[in-house]
Amino acid sequence: MNTKENYLLGLKKAIPVAIAYLAVSFTFGLAARRIDLPLWFASLLSATNLTSAGQFTGIELLRLGAGYLELSLAVFVINLRYALMSFSLSQQVTIRIKPATRFAMSLFLTDEVFALASEKGSAITPAYYFGLSTLPYIGWQLGTLAGYLLGGVFPTSVIAAAGIAIYCMYIAIFLPPMKKHKGIALAVLAGAAISCGLYYIPYLNKIPMGFRVILAAIAATSIAAAIFPRKTEETEDGDVALKKEESE
Amino acid sequence: MNLSYLLISAALMFVATLVPRFVPFVFIRRKIDSPFWKSFLYYLPYAVLAALTFPYVFYSTGSLPAAAIATAAALAMSYFELNMASVAGISFLIAFGLGFVF
Repeated sequence: MNTKENYLLGLKKAIPVAIAYLAVSFTFGLAARRIDLPLWFASLLSATNLTSAGQFTGIELLRLGAGYLELSLAVFVINLRYALMSFSLSQQVTIRIKPATRFAMSLFLTDEVFALASEKGSAITPAYYFGLSTLPYIGWQLGTLAGYLLGGVFPTSVIAAAGIAIYCMYIAIFLPPMKKHKGIALAVLAGAAISCGLYYIPYLNKIPMGFRVILAAIAATSIAAAIFPRKTEETEDGDVALKKEESE
Repeated sequence: MNLSYLLISAALMFVATLVPRFVPFVFIRRKIDSPFWKSFLYYLPYAVLAALTFPYVFYSTGSLPAAAIATAAALAMSYFELNMASVAGISFLIAFGLGFVF
């Protein structure tokens, strides 16, 4: 497949994500308006952050007049899960991709784009990855604008129910592969169980949300990887030299 | 909220979001060989999504029973591999409708 075909394939595959992003960023635009942040600020955050949990937490802290350190730490902790995905991504691309391209790809790293990119099974090409990122990014910006501008039109009952949209997207991503892979099924069930444990058990629930998610994900993934290790696949071209180095 | 507070906050949020996204990807430039770590990285995204979803989905609409039923519906639709936008849209309608009941 050439670059253009790869890009178009990604573009097409991410259409459902773009639609779901419209809905979720709509609720973000709405929230920003409700706490009297200017429209340009809401749009600036969506354009530079492109993340739901981090943006919602950020504006909530701004509403409370939080200090810069608290704001930075809270947003950083919530987004630490991206470091895990970023690490995983580093293993799924060919080592030849330049640092500048890697940096550009990082800007568009979200839970959903990462999940779609990982689904492919073969090495992720930048063209395919940027194809995946394009429409969700546009959807995120348009949804933010629309939510802010049309916020007054919708009754609160609609706005409240819209909060479930993002979670249903997550479910639609992690559930289908559970049927085929025992390891994925275990990772998901353990992740959900541990996350609930950290949320409901007294004292443990004092851990900030971002850390709870990371702890649950790392624990669940370790369990799944220990019980269902994947058979090693053939390595891609260009990795042979590295392989030798490491085995010494 | 004054302009400089907003601008500095926006810059800090940008950096706090960007650093975890790019550092591992740009600086880890070799392939991991261990089967455990390979499996770990393969299973990770699914565990992250599960941990982000539960239990938070139950508190996402302001009505616990409505959200729980909509979640069950989303799980069922996903099991039968309906596309993501339909799963989200139909669950939203269920949560919206039930929001008047509960």
